[in-house]
Amino acid sequence: VRRRIGGFTAWLLATIWLIVVLAPIYYMVVASLRSPGAYFTADPWLPGGSGLSAYRTVFSAGLGSYFVHSVLVTTGCVVLTLVLSLAFAFRVARMKTRLPRVVFRFVVLGLAVPIQAIIVPLNVVVVKLGLYDTLTGLTLALTASTIAVSVLIMVNFVRDIPRDFIDAMTVDGGSEWSVFWHLILPLSRGVLVSVGIYAGLNAWNNFLLPLILTQSSSTLVLPLGLVKFQGLYGVDVPALMAAVLLSAVPLFLVYVVARRKVLAGLSGFVVR
Amino acid sequence: MSLQRTKAEAPAAGRGGPAPAAPRRPHRRARPGLLADLVGSTGVGLIYGVLILIPLLVAVALSFCNWNGLGSPAWIGLRNWTRFFHDPVALSALVTSLKIVGLSWIVQLPLGMALGLFAAGRQRYRAVYSTLFVVPLLMSTAGTSLMWQGLLDPNLGGLHWLAVKLHAGWLQQNWLGSPTITLYVLVFLITWQFIPFQMLLFQVGRRQIPNVLYEAASLDGSTGLHRFWHITLPQLAYTIVTSTMLIVVGSLTYFDVIYILTQGGPDNTTNVLALQMYQVAFSQYEYGYASVLAVVLGVLGVVVAFALMRITGFGAMSSQQEGIG
Repeated sequence: VRRRIGGFTAWLLATIWLIVVLAPIYYMVVASLRSPGAYFTADPWLPGGSGLSAYRTVFSAGLGSYFVHSVLVTTGCVVLTLVLSLAFAFRVARMKTRLPRVVFRFVVLGLAVPIQAIIVPLNVVVVKLGLYDTLTGLTLALTASTIAVSVLIMVNFVRDIPRDFIDAMTVDGGSEWSVFWHLILPLSRGVLVSVGIYAGLNAWNNFLLPLILTQSSSTLVLPLGLVKFQGLYGVDVPALMAAVLLSAVPLFLVYVVARRKVLAGLSGFVVR
Repeated sequence: MSLQRTKAEAPAAGRGGPAPAAPRRPHRRARPGLLADLVGSTGVGLIYGVLILIPLLVAVALSFCNWNGLGSPAWIGLRNWTRFFHDPVALSALVTSLKIVGLSWIVQLPLGMALGLFAAGRQRYRAVYSTLFVVPLLMSTAGTSLMWQGLLDPNLGGLHWLAVKLHAGWLQQNWLGSPTITLYVLVFLITWQFIPFQMLLFQVGRRQIPNVLYEAASLDGSTGLHRFWHITLPQLAYTIVTSTMLIVVGSLTYFDVIYILTQGGPDNTTNVLALQMYQVAFSQYEYGYASVLAVVLGVLGVVVAFALMRITGFGAMSSQQEGIG
Protein backbone atom coordinates (compact mmCIF):
# COMPACT_ATOMS: atom_id res chain seq x y z
CA VAL A 1 0.00 0.00 0.00
CA ARG A 2 2.75 2.36 0.96
CA ARG A 3 4.42 1.72 -2.35
CA ARG A 4 1.24 2.55 -4.23
CA ILE A 5 0.83 5.84 -2.33
CA GLY A 6 4.42 6.72 -3.19
CA GLY A 7 3.82 5.96 -6.84
CA PHE A 8 0.67 8.07 -6.84
CA THR A 9 2.42 11.03 -5.19
CA ALA A 10 5.20 10.87 -7.78
CA TRP A 11 2.65 10.79 -10.57
CA LEU A 12 0.70 13.70 -9.10
CA LEU A 13 3.72 15.96 -8.58
CA ALA A 14 5.11 15.10 -11.99
CA THR A 15 1.78 15.88 -13.60
CA ILE A 16 1.70 19.26 -11.87
CA TRP A 17 5.15 20.05 -13.22
CA LEU A 18 4.11 18.84 -16.66
CA ILE A 19 1.27 21.35 -16.59
CA VAL A 20 3.67 24.10 -15.55
CA VAL A 21 5.92 23.16 -18.47
CA LEU A 22 3.25 22.80 -21.13
CA ALA A 23 0.72 25.48 -20.18
CA PRO A 24 2.80 28.43 -21.46
CA ILE A 25 3.56 26.59 -24.68
CA TYR A 26 -0.11 25.71 -25.14
CA TYR A 27 -0.97 29.36 -24.50
CA MET A 28 1.51 30.42 -27.14
CA VAL A 29 -0.02 28.11 -29.75
CA VAL A 30 -3.60 29.18 -29.03
CA ALA A 31 -2.74 32.88 -28.92
CA SER A 32 -0.81 32.71 -32.18
CA LEU A 33 -3.95 31.57 -33.99
CA ARG A 34 -5.90 34.71 -33.15
CA SER A 35 -6.19 37.99 -34.93
CA PRO A 36 -4.69 40.96 -33.06
CA GLY A 37 -8.18 42.29 -32.33
CA ALA A 38 -9.56 39.01 -31.02
CA TYR A 39 -6.63 38.65 -28.65
CA PHE A 40 -7.77 41.65 -26.65
CA THR A 41 -11.42 40.65 -26.42
CA ALA A 42 -11.60 36.85 -26.19
CA ASP A 43 -10.18 34.61 -23.49
CA PRO A 44 -6.78 33.69 -24.96
CA TRP A 45 -6.71 30.31 -23.19
CA LEU A 46 -9.61 28.91 -25.17
CA PRO A 47 -8.86 27.58 -28.62
CA GLY A 48 -11.06 29.63 -30.87
CA GLY A 49 -9.26 31.60 -33.49
CA SER A 50 -7.96 29.61 -36.38
CA GLY A 51 -6.77 32.42 -38.58
CA LEU A 52 -3.20 32.38 -39.77
CA SER A 53 -3.02 36.17 -40.02
CA ALA A 54 -0.38 36.23 -37.27
CA TYR A 55 1.85 33.94 -39.31
CA ARG A 56 1.37 36.12 -42.35
CA THR A 57 2.41 39.18 -40.36
CA VAL A 58 5.54 37.34 -39.24
CA PHE A 59 6.65 36.54 -42.74
CA SER A 60 5.89 39.96 -44.14
CA ALA A 61 7.98 41.45 -41.33
CA GLY A 62 11.08 39.72 -42.72
CA LEU A 63 11.47 36.96 -40.19
CA GLY A 64 12.10 34.66 -43.14
CA SER A 65 15.47 36.26 -43.79
CA TYR A 66 16.46 35.98 -40.10
CA PHE A 67 15.57 32.34 -40.45
CA VAL A 68 17.94 31.99 -43.39
CA HIS A 69 20.71 33.73 -41.44
CA SER A 70 20.21 31.37 -38.53
CA VAL A 71 20.36 28.37 -40.82
CA LEU A 72 23.59 29.62 -42.39
CA VAL A 73 25.27 30.40 -39.08
CA THR A 74 24.16 27.14 -37.48
CA THR A 75 25.28 25.04 -40.43
CA GLY A 76 28.63 26.79 -40.56
CA CYS A 77 29.10 26.39 -36.85
CA VAL A 78 28.28 22.68 -36.85
CA VAL A 79 30.51 21.88 -39.82
CA LEU A 80 33.40 23.91 -38.44
CA THR A 81 33.07 22.40 -34.98
CA LEU A 82 32.95 18.82 -36.26
CA VAL A 83 35.83 19.15 -38.71
CA LEU A 84 38.12 21.02 -36.34
CA SER A 85 37.42 19.04 -33.20
CA LEU A 86 37.59 15.61 -34.81
CA ALA A 87 40.81 16.38 -36.66
CA PHE A 88 42.25 17.76 -33.44
CA ALA A 89 41.08 14.81 -31.33
CA PHE A 90 42.73 12.47 -33.80
CA ARG A 91 46.04 14.29 -33.40
CA VAL A 92 45.78 14.34 -29.61
CA ALA A 93 45.21 10.61 -29.60
CA ARG A 94 48.00 9.85 -32.05
CA MET A 95 50.37 12.73 -31.65
CA LYS A 96 53.90 12.52 -32.88
CA THR A 97 54.90 15.86 -31.39
CA ARG A 98 53.93 17.68 -28.22
CA LEU A 99 51.98 20.35 -30.05
CA PRO A 100 48.47 18.84 -29.77
CA ARG A 101 48.90 18.20 -26.07
CA VAL A 102 49.98 21.77 -25.40
CA VAL A 103 46.98 23.12 -27.33
CA PHE A 104 44.71 20.65 -25.54
CA ARG A 105 45.92 21.83 -22.12
CA PHE A 106 45.02 25.42 -22.99
CA VAL A 107 41.63 24.44 -24.35
CA VAL A 108 40.72 22.46 -21.23
CA LEU A 109 41.73 25.47 -19.17
CA GLY A 110 39.09 27.46 -21.01
CA LEU A 111 36.27 25.15 -19.91
CA ALA A 112 35.92 27.07 -16.68
CA VAL A 113 35.83 30.54 -18.24
CA PRO A 114 32.30 31.86 -18.75
CA ILE A 115 31.88 33.46 -22.17
CA GLN A 116 30.16 36.46 -20.55
CA ALA A 117 33.48 37.41 -18.98
CA ILE A 118 35.11 38.04 -22.34
CA ILE A 119 32.40 39.72 -24.40
CA VAL A 120 34.01 43.16 -24.24
CA PRO A 121 37.43 42.16 -25.66
CA LEU A 122 35.77 39.62 -27.97
CA ASN A 123 33.84 42.49 -29.50
CA VAL A 124 37.11 44.45 -29.83
CA VAL A 125 38.95 41.51 -31.45
CA VAL A 126 36.14 40.84 -33.92
CA VAL A 127 36.01 44.52 -34.87
CA LYS A 128 39.80 44.57 -35.38
CA LEU A 129 39.57 41.52 -37.62
CA GLY A 130 37.03 43.38 -39.75
CA LEU A 131 34.43 40.73 -38.97
CA TYR A 132 32.02 42.87 -36.96
CA ASP A 133 28.44 42.64 -38.23
CA THR A 134 29.22 39.73 -40.53
CA LEU A 135 27.77 36.24 -40.46
CA THR A 136 31.33 34.88 -40.75
CA GLY A 137 32.43 36.63 -37.58
CA LEU A 138 29.34 35.44 -35.74
CA THR A 139 29.87 31.86 -36.93
CA LEU A 140 33.48 31.86 -35.77
CA ALA A 141 32.62 33.33 -32.37
CA LEU A 142 29.80 30.85 -31.81
CA THR A 143 32.13 28.02 -32.75
CA ALA A 144 34.75 29.33 -30.34
CA SER A 145 32.20 29.51 -27.54
CA THR A 146 31.56 25.76 -27.68
CA ILE A 147 34.90 24.49 -28.97
CA ALA A 148 36.30 23.60 -25.54
CA VAL A 149 33.44 21.27 -24.66
CA SER A 150 33.33 19.82 -28.18
CA VAL A 151 37.05 19.11 -28.14
CA LEU A 152 36.86 17.49 -24.71
CA ILE A 153 34.06 15.13 -25.76
CA MET A 154 35.79 14.29 -28.99
CA VAL A 155 39.21 13.69 -27.45
CA ASN A 156 37.73 11.44 -24.78
CA PHE A 157 35.99 9.45 -27.47
CA VAL A 158 38.87 9.09 -29.92
CA ARG A 159 41.28 8.19 -27.13
CA ASP A 160 39.07 5.25 -26.23
CA ILE A 161 39.30 3.75 -29.71
CA PRO A 162 41.43 0.64 -29.13
CA ARG A 163 45.03 1.04 -30.27
CA ASP A 164 44.91 -2.42 -31.85
CA PHE A 165 42.55 -1.13 -34.53
CA ILE A 166 44.91 1.64 -35.49
CA ASP A 167 47.98 -0.56 -35.28
CA ALA A 168 46.33 -3.15 -37.49
CA MET A 169 45.84 -0.52 -40.15
CA THR A 170 49.27 0.98 -39.94
CA VAL A 171 50.94 -2.42 -40.08
CA ASP A 172 49.24 -2.90 -43.41
CA GLY A 173 50.86 0.31 -44.55
CA GLY A 174 47.94 2.66 -44.00
CA SER A 175 48.86 6.33 -43.86
CA GLU A 176 47.73 8.73 -41.15
CA TRP A 177 45.19 10.05 -43.59
CA SER A 178 43.70 6.65 -44.32
CA VAL A 179 43.56 5.81 -40.61
CA PHE A 180 41.58 8.99 -40.12
CA TRP A 181 39.34 8.50 -43.12
CA HIS A 182 38.65 4.77 -42.94
CA LEU A 183 38.80 4.14 -39.21
CA ILE A 184 38.38 7.18 -36.98
CA LEU A 185 35.68 8.87 -39.03
CA PRO A 186 33.31 5.90 -39.37
CA LEU A 187 33.73 4.96 -35.71
CA SER A 188 32.99 8.52 -34.60
CA ARG A 189 29.69 8.86 -36.39
CA GLY A 190 27.61 8.69 -33.22
CA VAL A 191 29.66 11.14 -31.20
CA LEU A 192 29.79 13.49 -34.19
CA VAL A 193 26.00 13.65 -34.22
CA SER A 194 25.88 14.44 -30.49
CA VAL A 195 28.56 17.11 -30.67
CA GLY A 196 26.94 18.52 -33.80
CA ILE A 197 23.62 18.84 -32.00
CA TYR A 198 25.30 20.43 -29.00
CA ALA A 199 27.04 23.03 -31.18
CA GLY A 200 23.97 23.49 -33.36
CA LEU A 201 21.62 24.13 -30.46
CA ASN A 202 23.95 26.77 -29.10
CA ALA A 203 24.37 28.43 -32.48
CA TRP A 204 20.62 28.47 -33.12
CA ASN A 205 19.60 29.78 -29.70
CA ASN A 206 22.49 31.97 -28.56
CA PHE A 207 21.46 35.54 -27.86
CA LEU A 208 24.49 37.22 -26.30
CA LEU A 209 27.00 36.77 -29.14
CA PRO A 210 24.72 38.09 -31.92
CA LEU A 211 23.87 40.96 -29.59
CA ILE A 212 27.48 42.10 -29.27
CA LEU A 213 28.74 41.09 -32.74
CA THR A 214 25.99 42.11 -35.17
CA GLN A 215 23.68 45.04 -35.65
CA SER A 216 22.22 45.40 -39.14
CA SER A 217 19.22 43.51 -40.46
CA SER A 218 21.40 41.79 -43.07
CA THR A 219 23.05 39.80 -40.28
CA LEU A 220 20.21 39.44 -37.82
CA VAL A 221 19.69 35.89 -36.56
CA LEU A 222 16.47 34.59 -35.03
CA PRO A 223 16.93 35.16 -31.27
CA LEU A 224 17.98 38.76 -31.83
CA GLY A 225 15.46 39.14 -34.64
CA LEU A 226 12.66 38.07 -32.29
CA VAL A 227 13.56 40.79 -29.82
CA LYS A 228 13.74 43.36 -32.59
CA PHE A 229 10.42 42.11 -33.92
CA GLN A 230 8.95 42.60 -30.47
CA GLY A 231 10.16 46.20 -30.47
CA LEU A 232 8.25 46.83 -33.69
CA TYR A 233 5.17 44.65 -33.21
CA GLY A 234 5.04 44.53 -29.41
CA VAL A 235 1.29 45.09 -29.31
CA ASP A 236 0.57 42.30 -31.76
CA VAL A 237 0.95 39.45 -29.28
CA PRO A 238 -0.41 36.76 -31.65
CA ALA A 239 2.25 37.62 -34.23
CA LEU A 240 4.91 37.62 -31.54
CA MET A 241 3.84 34.18 -30.34
CA ALA A 242 3.76 32.91 -33.92
CA ALA A 243 7.30 34.20 -34.44
CA VAL A 244 8.58 32.48 -31.30
CA LEU A 245 6.92 29.21 -32.29
CA LEU A 246 8.28 29.33 -35.82
CA SER A 247 11.78 29.97 -34.53
CA ALA A 248 11.58 26.86 -32.37
CA VAL A 249 10.01 24.52 -34.94
CA PRO A 250 13.29 23.23 -36.44
CA LEU A 251 14.60 22.15 -33.04
CA PHE A 252 11.29 20.56 -32.11
CA LEU A 253 11.46 18.58 -35.35
CA VAL A 254 15.02 17.47 -34.70
CA TYR A 255 13.98 16.44 -31.19
CA VAL A 256 11.12 14.33 -32.53
CA VAL A 257 13.34 12.63 -35.08
CA ALA A 258 16.44 12.08 -32.95
CA ARG A 259 15.44 12.32 -29.30
CA ARG A 260 18.30 10.30 -27.85
CA LYS A 261 20.94 12.16 -29.81
CA VAL A 262 19.48 15.50 -28.80
CA LEU A 263 19.48 14.51 -25.14
CA ALA A 264 23.10 13.44 -25.44
CA GLY A 265 23.93 16.70 -27.20
CA LEU A 266 21.99 18.83 -24.71
CA SER A 267 23.74 17.42 -21.72
CA GLY A 268 27.11 18.10 -23.30
CA PHE A 269 30.13 16.70 -21.59
CA VAL A 270 28.58 16.37 -18.18
CA VAL A 271 26.23 13.52 -18.82
CA ARG A 272 27.96 10.87 -20.79
CA MET B 1 56.89 -1.70 -32.14
CA SER B 2 59.75 -0.31 -34.14
CA LEU B 3 58.47 -2.06 -37.23
CA GLN B 4 55.06 -0.48 -36.80
CA ARG B 5 56.51 2.93 -36.30
CA THR B 6 58.55 2.98 -39.45
CA LYS B 7 55.67 1.70 -41.48
CA ALA B 8 53.41 4.32 -40.06
CA GLU B 9 55.87 7.07 -40.62
CA ALA B 10 56.93 6.18 -44.10
CA PRO B 11 53.87 7.56 -45.88
CA ALA B 12 53.86 10.66 -43.74
CA ALA B 13 57.43 11.45 -44.66
CA GLY B 14 56.72 10.65 -48.28
CA ARG B 15 53.87 13.08 -48.33
CA GLY B 16 56.31 15.93 -48.18
CA GLY B 17 56.90 15.35 -51.88
CA PRO B 18 59.78 13.81 -53.76
CA ALA B 19 62.16 16.59 -52.75
CA PRO B 20 65.47 14.81 -52.46
CA ALA B 21 67.13 17.62 -50.54
CA ALA B 22 69.56 15.52 -48.56
CA PRO B 23 70.27 17.79 -45.57
CA ARG B 24 66.60 18.21 -44.70
CA ARG B 25 65.70 14.55 -44.64
CA PRO B 26 67.10 13.57 -41.26
CA HIS B 27 65.19 16.43 -39.69
CA ARG B 28 61.98 15.21 -41.26
CA ARG B 29 62.53 11.70 -40.16
CA ALA B 30 63.01 12.93 -36.61
CA ARG B 31 59.56 14.52 -36.49
CA PRO B 32 57.52 12.68 -39.04
CA GLY B 33 54.11 13.52 -37.65
CA LEU B 34 54.78 17.21 -37.34
CA LEU B 35 52.85 18.10 -40.47
CA ALA B 36 49.82 16.05 -39.42
CA ASP B 37 49.97 17.41 -35.88
CA LEU B 38 50.22 20.93 -37.23
CA VAL B 39 47.29 20.53 -39.61
CA GLY B 40 45.15 18.90 -36.94
CA SER B 41 45.89 21.45 -34.24
CA THR B 42 45.86 24.67 -36.21
CA GLY B 43 42.11 25.07 -36.55
CA VAL B 44 41.24 24.54 -32.91
CA GLY B 45 44.33 26.42 -31.76
CA LEU B 46 43.56 29.44 -33.92
CA ILE B 47 39.88 29.75 -33.18
CA TYR B 48 40.37 29.13 -29.48
CA GLY B 49 43.46 31.28 -29.19
CA VAL B 50 42.17 34.28 -31.12
CA LEU B 51 38.57 34.32 -29.90
CA ILE B 52 38.85 33.00 -26.33
CA LEU B 53 42.39 33.12 -25.00
CA ILE B 54 43.46 36.50 -26.36
CA PRO B 55 40.19 38.19 -25.29
CA LEU B 56 40.73 36.71 -21.84
CA LEU B 57 44.18 38.28 -21.57
CA VAL B 58 42.95 41.53 -23.11
CA ALA B 59 40.16 41.70 -20.51
CA VAL B 60 42.69 41.51 -17.70
CA ALA B 61 44.93 44.13 -19.36
CA LEU B 62 42.02 46.47 -20.13
CA SER B 63 40.91 46.41 -16.50
CA PHE B 64 43.97 48.58 -15.78
CA CYS B 65 43.24 50.99 -18.62
CA ASN B 66 40.95 53.81 -19.52
CA TRP B 67 39.48 53.28 -22.98
CA ASN B 68 36.33 54.27 -24.84
CA GLY B 69 36.93 51.93 -27.76
CA LEU B 70 38.51 54.58 -29.97
CA GLY B 71 42.14 55.62 -30.02
CA SER B 72 44.45 53.68 -27.78
CA PRO B 73 43.90 52.58 -24.19
CA ALA B 74 45.58 54.66 -21.47
CA TRP B 75 47.16 52.86 -18.53
CA ILE B 76 45.63 54.10 -15.28
CA GLY B 77 46.81 51.43 -12.86
CA LEU B 78 44.37 50.35 -10.19
CA ARG B 79 41.94 53.23 -10.56
CA ASN B 80 39.21 51.12 -12.20
CA TRP B 81 39.55 48.63 -9.39
CA THR B 82 39.25 51.16 -6.57
CA ARG B 83 36.29 52.61 -8.42
CA PHE B 84 34.63 49.21 -8.39
CA PHE B 85 34.89 48.92 -4.62
CA HIS B 86 33.23 52.32 -4.24
CA ASP B 87 30.58 51.90 -6.92
CA PRO B 88 27.22 51.26 -5.23
CA VAL B 89 25.53 50.23 -8.49
CA ALA B 90 28.17 47.65 -9.37
CA LEU B 91 28.32 46.30 -5.82
CA SER B 92 24.56 45.96 -5.64
CA ALA B 93 24.65 44.20 -9.02
CA LEU B 94 27.18 41.80 -7.52
CA VAL B 95 24.89 41.20 -4.55
CA THR B 96 21.91 40.63 -6.87
CA SER B 97 23.97 38.14 -8.89
CA LEU B 98 24.86 36.25 -5.72
CA LYS B 99 21.21 36.33 -4.65
CA ILE B 100 20.20 34.77 -7.96
CA VAL B 101 22.91 32.14 -7.50
CA GLY B 102 21.63 31.27 -4.01
CA LEU B 103 17.97 31.22 -4.98
CA SER B 104 18.65 29.18 -8.13
CA TRP B 105 20.59 26.64 -6.12
CA ILE B 106 17.90 26.30 -3.46
CA VAL B 107 15.21 25.82 -6.11
CA GLN B 108 17.01 23.94 -8.86
CA LEU B 109 18.97 21.35 -6.92
CA PRO B 110 16.02 19.69 -5.13
CA LEU B 111 13.68 20.10 -8.09
CA GLY B 112 16.27 18.78 -10.53
CA MET B 113 16.99 15.84 -8.27
CA ALA B 114 13.29 15.04 -7.84
CA LEU B 115 12.66 15.20 -11.59
CA GLY B 116 15.80 13.18 -12.32
CA LEU B 117 14.83 10.42 -9.88
CA PHE B 118 11.36 10.44 -11.39
CA ALA B 119 12.74 10.22 -14.91
CA ALA B 120 15.11 7.39 -13.97
CA GLY B 121 12.14 5.17 -13.12
CA ARG B 122 11.22 2.42 -15.53
CA GLN B 123 7.50 2.96 -16.08
CA ARG B 124 6.59 3.90 -19.60
CA TYR B 125 4.64 7.02 -18.67
CA ARG B 126 7.74 8.41 -16.96
CA ALA B 127 9.67 8.21 -20.22
CA VAL B 128 6.88 10.13 -21.96
CA TYR B 129 6.78 12.75 -19.21
CA SER B 130 10.51 13.32 -19.18
CA THR B 131 10.55 13.62 -22.96
CA LEU B 132 8.11 16.52 -22.59
CA PHE B 133 9.95 18.00 -19.60
CA VAL B 134 12.93 18.69 -21.86
CA VAL B 135 11.01 20.86 -24.34
CA PRO B 136 11.81 24.25 -22.68
CA LEU B 137 15.52 23.54 -23.02
CA LEU B 138 15.10 23.39 -26.80
CA MET B 139 13.75 26.92 -27.01
CA SER B 140 15.89 30.02 -27.22
CA THR B 141 16.04 32.25 -24.15
CA ALA B 142 14.88 35.09 -26.39
CA GLY B 143 11.85 33.07 -27.43
CA THR B 144 10.86 32.02 -23.93
CA SER B 145 11.35 35.57 -22.66
CA LEU B 146 8.89 36.92 -25.19
CA MET B 147 6.50 34.09 -24.42
CA TRP B 148 6.54 34.99 -20.72
CA GLN B 149 6.12 38.64 -21.53
CA GLY B 150 2.88 37.85 -23.33
CA LEU B 151 1.74 35.56 -20.57
CA LEU B 152 2.61 37.81 -17.63
CA ASP B 153 1.38 41.14 -18.95
CA PRO B 154 -0.65 42.55 -16.04
CA ASN B 155 -3.41 43.96 -18.25
CA LEU B 156 -3.70 41.69 -21.25
CA GLY B 157 -1.66 38.58 -20.49
CA GLY B 158 -2.84 35.02 -20.12
CA LEU B 159 -2.32 35.07 -16.38
CA HIS B 160 -4.58 38.12 -16.12
CA TRP B 161 -7.34 36.20 -17.91
CA LEU B 162 -6.80 33.23 -15.65
CA ALA B 163 -7.05 35.47 -12.59
CA VAL B 164 -10.36 36.86 -13.81
CA LYS B 165 -11.76 33.46 -14.69
CA LEU B 166 -10.75 31.76 -11.45
CA HIS B 167 -11.42 34.84 -9.30
CA ALA B 168 -7.86 34.49 -8.07
CA GLY B 169 -6.78 38.01 -7.26
CA TRP B 170 -3.30 36.95 -6.23
CA LEU B 171 -2.58 35.98 -9.85
CA GLN B 172 -2.92 39.63 -10.73
CA GLN B 173 0.50 41.07 -10.04
CA ASN B 174 2.86 43.32 -11.86
CA TRP B 175 5.06 40.24 -12.31
CA LEU B 176 7.82 41.90 -14.32
CA GLY B 177 7.68 45.39 -12.85
CA SER B 178 7.63 45.00 -9.11
CA PRO B 179 10.67 45.76 -6.96
CA THR B 180 9.66 43.05 -4.49
CA ILE B 181 8.70 40.03 -6.59
CA THR B 182 10.29 40.42 -10.03
CA LEU B 183 13.61 38.92 -8.95
CA TYR B 184 11.80 35.79 -7.80
CA VAL B 185 9.80 35.66 -11.01
CA LEU B 186 13.05 35.75 -12.97
CA VAL B 187 14.48 32.90 -10.89
CA PHE B 188 11.35 30.91 -11.68
CA LEU B 189 11.62 31.65 -15.41
CA ILE B 190 15.28 30.61 -15.44
CA THR B 191 14.38 27.45 -13.53
CA TRP B 192 11.53 26.67 -15.92
CA GLN B 193 13.91 26.72 -18.86
CA PHE B 194 17.04 25.11 -17.44
CA ILE B 195 15.74 22.54 -14.97
CA PRO B 196 15.66 19.80 -17.66
CA PHE B 197 19.43 20.01 -17.71
CA GLN B 198 19.59 19.18 -14.00
CA MET B 199 17.00 16.47 -14.55
CA LEU B 200 19.16 14.77 -17.17
CA LEU B 201 22.14 14.98 -14.86
CA PHE B 202 20.36 13.28 -11.97
CA GLN B 203 18.66 10.77 -14.24
CA VAL B 204 22.06 9.52 -15.35
CA GLY B 205 23.39 9.69 -11.79
CA ARG B 206 20.53 7.58 -10.46
CA ARG B 207 20.87 4.98 -13.20
CA GLN B 208 24.53 4.52 -12.35
CA ILE B 209 23.71 3.36 -8.84
CA PRO B 210 23.91 -0.45 -8.85
CA ASN B 211 20.60 -2.13 -8.16
CA VAL B 212 22.28 -4.57 -5.79
CA LEU B 213 22.33 -1.87 -3.16
CA TYR B 214 18.57 -1.45 -3.29
CA GLU B 215 17.95 -5.17 -3.38
CA ALA B 216 20.06 -5.69 -0.30
CA ALA B 217 18.22 -2.88 1.46
CA SER B 218 14.78 -4.22 0.65
CA LEU B 219 15.83 -7.62 2.01
CA ASP B 220 16.52 -5.80 5.24
CA GLY B 221 13.00 -4.40 5.00
CA SER B 222 13.94 -0.74 4.80
CA THR B 223 11.44 1.92 3.76
CA GLY B 224 11.57 4.14 0.70
CA LEU B 225 12.64 7.18 2.63
CA HIS B 226 15.32 5.19 4.40
CA ARG B 227 16.67 3.96 1.07
CA PHE B 228 16.70 7.47 -0.34
CA TRP B 229 18.56 8.79 2.68
CA HIS B 230 21.11 5.99 3.05
CA ILE B 231 21.64 4.82 -0.54
CA THR B 232 20.44 7.28 -3.17
CA LEU B 233 21.64 10.49 -1.58
CA PRO B 234 25.19 9.37 -0.68
CA GLN B 235 25.59 7.67 -4.05
CA LEU B 236 24.56 10.90 -5.78
CA ALA B 237 27.17 12.96 -3.93
CA TYR B 238 29.27 13.63 -7.02
CA THR B 239 26.24 14.37 -9.15
CA ILE B 240 25.17 16.91 -6.53
CA VAL B 241 28.55 18.62 -6.68
CA THR B 242 28.53 18.70 -10.49
CA SER B 243 24.99 20.02 -10.52
CA THR B 244 25.90 22.68 -7.97
CA MET B 245 28.83 23.79 -10.08
CA LEU B 246 26.69 24.14 -13.19
CA ILE B 247 23.91 25.97 -11.35
CA VAL B 248 26.34 28.39 -9.72
CA VAL B 249 28.35 29.20 -12.83
CA GLY B 250 25.24 29.31 -15.00
CA SER B 251 23.22 31.64 -12.81
CA LEU B 252 26.21 33.81 -11.91
CA THR B 253 26.55 34.77 -15.55
CA TYR B 254 22.86 34.92 -16.31
CA PHE B 255 22.06 37.63 -18.80
CA ASP B 256 19.56 36.97 -21.60
CA VAL B 257 16.22 36.80 -19.80
CA ILE B 258 17.05 39.77 -17.57
CA TYR B 259 18.27 41.89 -20.48
CA ILE B 260 15.14 41.19 -22.50
CA LEU B 261 12.51 41.34 -19.77
CA THR B 262 13.57 43.95 -17.21
CA GLN B 263 16.81 45.64 -18.30
CA GLY B 264 17.75 45.45 -14.63
CA GLY B 265 14.69 47.27 -13.40
CA PRO B 266 12.56 48.18 -11.60
CA ASP B 267 14.82 50.39 -9.49
CA ASN B 268 17.87 48.28 -10.32
CA THR B 269 16.44 45.39 -8.29
CA THR B 270 17.22 42.87 -11.01
CA ASN B 271 20.43 44.42 -12.26
CA VAL B 272 23.05 41.66 -12.26
CA LEU B 273 26.80 41.85 -12.78
CA ALA B 274 26.72 40.57 -16.37
CA LEU B 275 24.07 43.11 -17.31
CA GLN B 276 25.89 45.93 -15.55
CA MET B 277 29.06 45.02 -17.44
CA TYR B 278 27.16 45.05 -20.71
CA GLN B 279 25.71 48.51 -19.97
CA VAL B 280 29.05 49.99 -18.89
CA ALA B 281 30.72 48.63 -22.02
CA PHE B 282 28.16 49.08 -24.76
CA SER B 283 26.06 52.00 -23.53
CA GLN B 284 28.66 54.05 -21.67
CA TYR B 285 31.65 52.91 -23.72
CA GLU B 286 33.86 52.50 -20.67
CA TYR B 287 35.69 49.40 -21.83
CA GLY B 288 38.29 49.58 -19.09
CA TYR B 289 35.86 49.69 -16.21
CA ALA B 290 33.61 47.09 -17.87
CA SER B 291 36.64 44.80 -17.97
CA VAL B 292 36.93 45.02 -14.19
CA LEU B 293 33.39 43.70 -13.91
CA ALA B 294 34.23 41.03 -16.49
CA VAL B 295 37.29 39.91 -14.55
CA VAL B 296 35.28 39.75 -11.32
CA LEU B 297 32.71 37.62 -13.12
CA GLY B 298 35.33 35.38 -14.69
CA VAL B 299 37.31 34.92 -11.48
CA LEU B 300 34.19 34.06 -9.49
CA GLY B 301 33.22 31.50 -12.12
CA VAL B 302 36.66 29.93 -12.32
CA VAL B 303 37.09 29.84 -8.54
CA VAL B 304 33.76 28.08 -8.06
CA ALA B 305 34.50 25.63 -10.87
CA PHE B 306 37.93 24.75 -9.52
CA ALA B 307 36.83 24.59 -5.90
CA LEU B 308 34.13 22.09 -6.77
CA MET B 309 36.42 20.19 -9.14
CA ARG B 310 38.91 19.89 -6.28
CA ILE B 311 36.23 18.32 -4.12
CA THR B 312 35.23 15.78 -6.72
CA GLY B 313 38.48 15.22 -8.56
CA PHE B 314 38.52 15.52 -12.30
CA GLY B 315 37.00 12.20 -13.24
CA ALA B 316 34.29 12.42 -10.65
CA MET B 317 31.52 11.02 -12.78
CA SER B 318 33.36 7.84 -13.62
CA SER B 319 34.70 7.21 -10.14
CA GLN B 320 31.23 7.24 -8.67
CA GLN B 321 31.17 3.49 -8.44
CA GLU B 322 34.27 3.27 -6.32
CA GLY B 323 33.65 2.59 -2.70
CA ILE B 324 31.15 -0.10 -3.53
CA GLY B 325 33.00 -3.06 -2.13
